[in-house]
Amino acid sequence: MSDPVIQVENLGKKYIIGHQQQERYTALRDAIAKGIKSAGSKILSLIGDQKEQTTREEFWAIEDVSFEVNRGDRVGIIGRNGAGKSTLLKILSRITEPTKGRVSIKGRVASLLEVGTGFHGELSGRENIYLNGAILGMSKAEIKRKFDEIVAFAEIEKFLDTPVKRYSSGMYVRLAFAVAAHLDPDILVVDEVLAVGDAAFQNKCLGKMEEVGKQGRTVILVSHSMASIQALANRALFLEKGRTEGISLVTEAVHKYLYGGAFGSAAHFITQDNSNKDAYIVEAKLLNERGEITDRFAVYDPIFIEITWINKNWVPVIVGFQLDNLRGVIVMTAYDTPIDWDGKAKKSEGKYVSNAKIPANLLNANEYIMHISLDSANPRFAYDTHYDAIRFTVYDPMNEKCIARGDFKDPYDYMALFPALEWSWNKGLSEPEDNKFVSTP
Amino acid sequence: MSHSSQTELVIEAGRTERQYWQDLWRYRELFYFLAWRDILVRYKQTAIGIAWALIRPFLTMVVFTVVFGKLAKLPSDGAPYPILVFAAMLPWQFFASALSECSNSLVSNANLISKVYFPRLIIPTSGVIVSFVDFMVSWIILLGLMAWYNFIPGWRIITLPFFIVIAFTAAMGGGLWLASLNVKYRDFRYILPFIVQFGLYISPVGFSSSIVPEQWRLVYSLNPMVGVIDGFRWAILGGESVLYLPGFILSAGLVSLLFVSGVWYFRKMERTFADVI
Repeated sequence: MSDPVIQVENLGKKYIIGHQQQERYTALRDAIAKGIKSAGSKILSLIGDQKEQTTREEFWAIEDVSFEVNRGDRVGIIGRNGAGKSTLLKILSRITEPTKGRVSIKGRVASLLEVGTGFHGELSGRENIYLNGAILGMSKAEIKRKFDEIVAFAEIEKFLDTPVKRYSSGMYVRLAFAVAAHLDPDILVVDEVLAVGDAAFQNKCLGKMEEVGKQGRTVILVSHSMASIQALANRALFLEKGRTEGISLVTEAVHKYLYGGAFGSAAHFITQDNSNKDAYIVEAKLLNERGEITDRFAVYDPIFIEITWINKNWVPVIVGFQLDNLRGVIVMTAYDTPIDWDGKAKKSEGKYVSNAKIPANLLNANEYIMHISLDSANPRFAYDTHYDAIRFTVYDPMNEKCIARGDFKDPYDYMALFPALEWSWNKGLSEPEDNKFVSTP
Repeated sequence: MSHSSQTELVIEAGRTERQYWQDLWRYRELFYFLAWRDILVRYKQTAIGIAWALIRPFLTMVVFTVVFGKLAKLPSDGAPYPILVFAAMLPWQFFASALSECSNSLVSNANLISKVYFPRLIIPTSGVIVSFVDFMVSWIILLGLMAWYNFIPGWRIITLPFFIVIAFTAAMGGGLWLASLNVKYRDFRYILPFIVQFGLYISPVGFSSSIVPEQWRLVYSLNPMVGVIDGFRWAILGGESVLYLPGFILSAGLVSLLFVSGVWYFRKMERTFADVI
């Protein structure tokens, strides 16, 4: 079911870069000087459109961008610095006009390109809530209605009548986000706003945004944090030098961003290749706890693998898979030998469905490539092997459920596994050996 | 706002027109909020606060009365000289302060312009509204002067709102031009004080425009503030004050032209504000 709320067609935005000027605004003197220079041939109008000068260069911040966003989608826009993310958001939120192309948007758009836009340091928290709300497009009645909720969300009850210039930066950000979070838009456009604020509040904001998405609202967000993109978005748009191939799965876009190539995430593998094989795979898929096919798992999600295969010629089959990460490290291999030591239990002809579960809190946040195979008891011989059959992502939502990492906020992307093992500790049950040794005469 | 979910917004190069006036209405409360912010902020951390709005015009009035009325002994159209001066100070002060508020408004709200959408026309208009509040406050002085000199205005005072509208239009027109020019050419930041300073002397603020020789009256009325000030005097002073009609019509025409062209130029430049500012 597709219900596009945003349609972007061949969008482009051109900027003229001046090579000589340091400042972005033009001095009248320069305009006059140029005017005099070219006065012989043409009369330059100061207030009309300026003719292009030789010192100026065209620069397309975005070019030929086309995509569609469906109602309720949460689209993450990713790309390196200068890829055109902010320009795209500015066009979508009508701050600047495109040079060419067309955007059509159904519904009320609220954009949050900066936390606390329009806040005035001299005004109190209360006054700023009204001012900021109005700037973001809320009516006075609407702000009044949501006032208490906003104050509670920001946790600034005690400082409502203090000028915000005396707020700590944390309080300031909380208040600013609280106002924005209580907008009721059909489409919410957000730029990198979660880069600020402490971790606890970030989680609160992520939760609020997830909630917004679940209410059927559309969210478009830009972030450099792949963790928040993966946690929040269900679709992604990868921009590179102002161009894009359109909206794709999050994993794919994230992979393009991280590794520059196509990752082509695939949670569902189907094949018809079964020529002359004694046993062969027909289908493999990754499922979450709810039985849905997906290619994205939080570190605390168990991953279910379901492989459907056919034993044609009464051979003993061992089902297995191997996981590689993108550094080429073999993270693990696994076979169903614990339940069927030599594969003979599955020797009879027919269709089988084998299931495996990768426990929660085992794999580190990373992208994974899965090879699947039907092996024989002879390690040198496999009936059917599919390399790179499934690709998926494990991400770290950076919240309190990521027990292996605890409260540490640095990314731990250098190791293959990051398991939450069974730990225990005791204290003071035995004296240290050294101590005993010294006290002996 | 549930009705808005049906509306479809189309963004294309050069196609902001259709939604614009509708948006202006939708964001009407923002006029009030921005003006309210500027008024609140303006006198924060000042000891005497709003009194500053009174002191400046009052002192200027005193100086003009002494220089033009007492020393130069210029005619006063039959009214006490301080009232003659102040009837002109009111629209002039409003015009001058609106012009400065407006011309800096876009640049000083650059962060808003580059981060949030709303019809940009709201920003300079709020600047004019702020000056208008000062203008209303300054009436206290005129009322005080009238009480002091036992001066009772005639029936013409009821025509005053008409002249206030012209003053407002003139301030808006000039303000919009300066605001949009200032975004691109910051030179206007330096030009503005000259306009304000010269304007004070070439407009009939300290003297009555009746002292201008008859053959020059029409040329003099090319200054749009001449019509506005003459109108104010005619309405407030009554009695001997006469309105030079051809001049007034010329001034009023120029004011309308200034306003219409100001809106046109602002709308034209508005699209690039976020890119240039």
